[in-house]
Amino acid sequence: MLQRRGRTLGFALGTVGAAALTAGLCSAAFAEWKPQKPIEFVVMAGKGGGADKAVRFMQSIIAKEKLAPVPVIPVNKPGGSGAEALVYMKGKKGDDHTIMFTLNSFYTTPLRQPALGVDITEFTPVMRMAEDTFCLWVNTDKKDINSVDDFVKAAKAAGKKWIMAGTGKASEDNLLTDYLNTTYGLDMKYVPYKGGGKVAKELAGNNANSTVNNPSEQEPFYKTGDAKNKTKPLACFTPEPIYDGVPTFKDLGKDFVYFMQRSVVGAPGMSAEAAAYYQDLFTKVFNSKDWQNYRTKKKLQGEALSGDKLMAYWKHENEVHEGMLKEMGAIK
Amino acid sequence: MFEILGLLVQGFGVALQPFNLMLIILGCGVGLFIGAMPGLGSVNGVAILLPLTFLVPPDGAIIFLAAIYYGAMYGGAVSSILLGIPGASTAVATTFDGRPLAKQGLADKALTTAALASFVGGTISVILFTFFAPPLAHVALTFGAPEEFSLMMLAFATFVGLGGDDIAKTIFSICIGLVLAAVGLDIMSGAPRLIFGDLPGFMHGINFLVLAIGIYGIGEMLWTVEENARAGGKSMLSEANMTWERTKKNVSEFTGTWKITSLSSVLGYFVGILPAAGATPGSLMAYGIAKQMVKNPEKFGKGAIEGVAAPEAANNAASTGSMLPMLTLGIPGSPTTAILLGGMVIWGLEPGPRLFSSNPDFVWGLIASLYAANVFALILNVLLIPAFIWVLKLPFTILAPIILTLCLVGGYAPTQDMHDLWLMLVFGIVGYLLRKLDYPVAPAVLAIVLGPLAEPSLRQSLLISGGDPMIFFNRPYSGPIMVVALILLFMPAFFMAYRLIRGGRPGNATSGV
Amino acid sequence: MTVRTAELLMGLALAILSAYFMWKSAELPIMWVPEVGPGGGSWPFWLSAAMFGSCIWILINWVRRIGPVANNEEPFFEPGLFAPVAYVAGALLICVALIEGIGVGGFKGIGFYGSLPLFLIFYIRFMGKHSWVATIAAAITIPVVTFLFFELMLNITLPKGMTEPLFLKIFALYYGL
Repeated sequence: MLQRRGRTLGFALGTVGAAALTAGLCSAAFAEWKPQKPIEFVVMAGKGGGADKAVRFMQSIIAKEKLAPVPVIPVNKPGGSGAEALVYMKGKKGDDHTIMFTLNSFYTTPLRQPALGVDITEFTPVMRMAEDTFCLWVNTDKKDINSVDDFVKAAKAAGKKWIMAGTGKASEDNLLTDYLNTTYGLDMKYVPYKGGGKVAKELAGNNANSTVNNPSEQEPFYKTGDAKNKTKPLACFTPEPIYDGVPTFKDLGKDFVYFMQRSVVGAPGMSAEAAAYYQDLFTKVFNSKDWQNYRTKKKLQGEALSGDKLMAYWKHENEVHEGMLKEMGAIK
Repeated sequence: MFEILGLLVQGFGVALQPFNLMLIILGCGVGLFIGAMPGLGSVNGVAILLPLTFLVPPDGAIIFLAAIYYGAMYGGAVSSILLGIPGASTAVATTFDGRPLAKQGLADKALTTAALASFVGGTISVILFTFFAPPLAHVALTFGAPEEFSLMMLAFATFVGLGGDDIAKTIFSICIGLVLAAVGLDIMSGAPRLIFGDLPGFMHGINFLVLAIGIYGIGEMLWTVEENARAGGKSMLSEANMTWERTKKNVSEFTGTWKITSLSSVLGYFVGILPAAGATPGSLMAYGIAKQMVKNPEKFGKGAIEGVAAPEAANNAASTGSMLPMLTLGIPGSPTTAILLGGMVIWGLEPGPRLFSSNPDFVWGLIASLYAANVFALILNVLLIPAFIWVLKLPFTILAPIILTLCLVGGYAPTQDMHDLWLMLVFGIVGYLLRKLDYPVAPAVLAIVLGPLAEPSLRQSLLISGGDPMIFFNRPYSGPIMVVALILLFMPAFFMAYRLIRGGRPGNATSGV
Repeated sequence: MTVRTAELLMGLALAILSAYFMWKSAELPIMWVPEVGPGGGSWPFWLSAAMFGSCIWILINWVRRIGPVANNEEPFFEPGLFAPVAYVAGALLICVALIEGIGVGGFKGIGFYGSLPLFLIFYIRFMGKHSWVATIAAAITIPVVTFLFFELMLNITLPKGMTEPLFLKIFALYYGL
């Protein structure tokens, strides 16, 4: 009952919360709401994947720094590229103890499966923890491919025989492959695998010709200046370079950047007090040394966003993805 | 060689520090306990205790988790033997002969064999791990989709011996398992598939545990209820006993299986290394091969100790094997190692080809701790056998509701979805009825494990080759594996056709369940 | 009902199930897609077809009286054996239905910890004929141990339905809220 009271006021405060974040001031203002039972942290992917690892990492930070009085329990709902998790969250309307960690399937799955009846603008924005980055990778055995131009030449010559490995159909990797195919007039074949780690391994083992993997997934096989590297980046889809001497597609004259969001989302209709509590909690996680190290190590970008700003970001990204999926022919 | 031994000695220096030793013992105990619960396996144990590892330094943390992993692999056999419910897919093959042994009042024999075989498997594989890690990592790396599919075909070939007398019913059982495995999402097209009744609960597919606990837990309980009603409440289960004499006999019988046990260990280790496979196909293949090797294969499925030793040696060996790609390549060989890998990132380590050179203390400490974990898991396991047997001596009408409670929790826990609990009951009741009509159920349970590995690799391979099936034959690793698999698959059909032509009736008396 | 009759009924039921699987699989392409290999529905479709085929085989064996099951004219359940099995199966179904309700009449369920003791009492007292003291002791101990072990130690949250508010107090106490 307590948390239901004064929703409008709380909502207004929630907006302010975004501004208060950076200062980390809001803890005192919202001290009234506290979780009453363990918090369920839904993961849109299976155990052991990138999102799952990030969630378990945050869980560990919260436990280690004692940021929450109750445990945060990861629950994997990997079904249907996140469809299962979205439907589950939709059913948790008004629940103050269920949050979810999202990827870009947060946009693409409802767009591709309108029958789910999921409207992402109904979800409660909590916090964007990072944006994961993407690069174009090839195997180091390909000695003559050292730039995007070389890559385009080789891929063009190979035509349909050029194998691009990625994670799942209509996923981030698939969108990027389509982008490369259209932009450079290529005909690469996209082969979906289960998970970015597997994709990285397929490239390192020469079972695929290229990937558009996250650095965090591909880096077991790449370290700047190491002679034993099995794979190498050619260019990244970021605004600023990630690796020295590796350009971005922007540097190459293409006006294109692409990220994968890693955001925390609350159930639709979560009380404003609870939303504020989680914003505060994840601000602390975001600012923790561990998370900052993790961001650097995993080459994550994207500052913290919350409240209305996060919602505005979702709306914008949703439109971008709608356009990309239409271009790809995945939706009408 | 000497360099490796030197590093190993250093590693023991890390692993045998009193604090780490304590973590090993604690981890083995916790793992054993979690593994012995139906429905909970090493994945749950490792995932749940991961946050706790923050309290200790990284080498201690991985040692603790690896000990849990090991303990759970030992413990998995306990639930398979005592309750007939495999706690994890890796322990399915152990039920085939472990459960019949328990039903003959020989649970102590099955448990002792399982513990000793696990120890042998674990130890052989750690030795292999110590000396042959880097070259094998390279093989694991070049293993692509075609090789995976060939390997799955090889695993399917070992199925042939698992069916019952009735070929039609065996085929049905395999196929329904494979179809149920396809529920959820078609990863190649990204389209939802077989979402019966549009229920969102089908989106995550049908978890192996739901079928296994349904059939082996609920179904087996209904079966036992009927058996007990027939026998007027008497059960052979409680005949098991642990005495010095019996133990000596059990151990000497186990040593008679040394050939099968050591072969299974080596096999399990190599299958475990391969990124896709993990311990389940390994333990299956070991079971299949053991059946070919023994003099009296008709005893298999009715309580042959080789049938317990082979899969247990193989699954423990495979669990060590699956750590190899994790440490050397940074890719997981099983869901459990995937979480361990996540843990290593949390502790600030970089798994991958550089780990051996950048963190030798960590790597060799872990390897040494595996030796130690094996010893302690064996000791704990053997010491606990009397306690496990005591459980069997509880009156059935007390034990049954406890087991059913564990089944309900175990069916709910992996996905935390009520839908799966309902599905589990349906599988249990239908599986019970099918069993009364002599449908073999083990092939369905194994098919639901292998299906999600086999189908994508088949379609990825064909997509890569542009639809040309020759891709399975003209690659250096895939080709030979595929040929062997096809020979094994079609040999029984050949014999059967031969016998049919000669006018005999098909089917030799082999039974998996 | 004899075993032979049961075999026929089961064979027919499984054939219908196989046909349903085939129909459901056909939502995705089931044939060979050029350059790509088998379509998304082909794996389940053709395996369901094999299921259907083996059902037909089973039914043919039934008609021709091949195999022990098809010739077994004994009752499917021996006298007096159906009741205990049906009680256990029924009790389990009711137990699960009570946990979260089945969407009828807005009943939210009495949760795992409400439903489980009822099941235990039924089984131990009425199936097992143990004393009331033993029954009540087990009906209290087992759920409490389950809660301590799974919920507090292993962090596996079990559904609680309308009993949720009671647990908030326990959590408050345990986590010192």
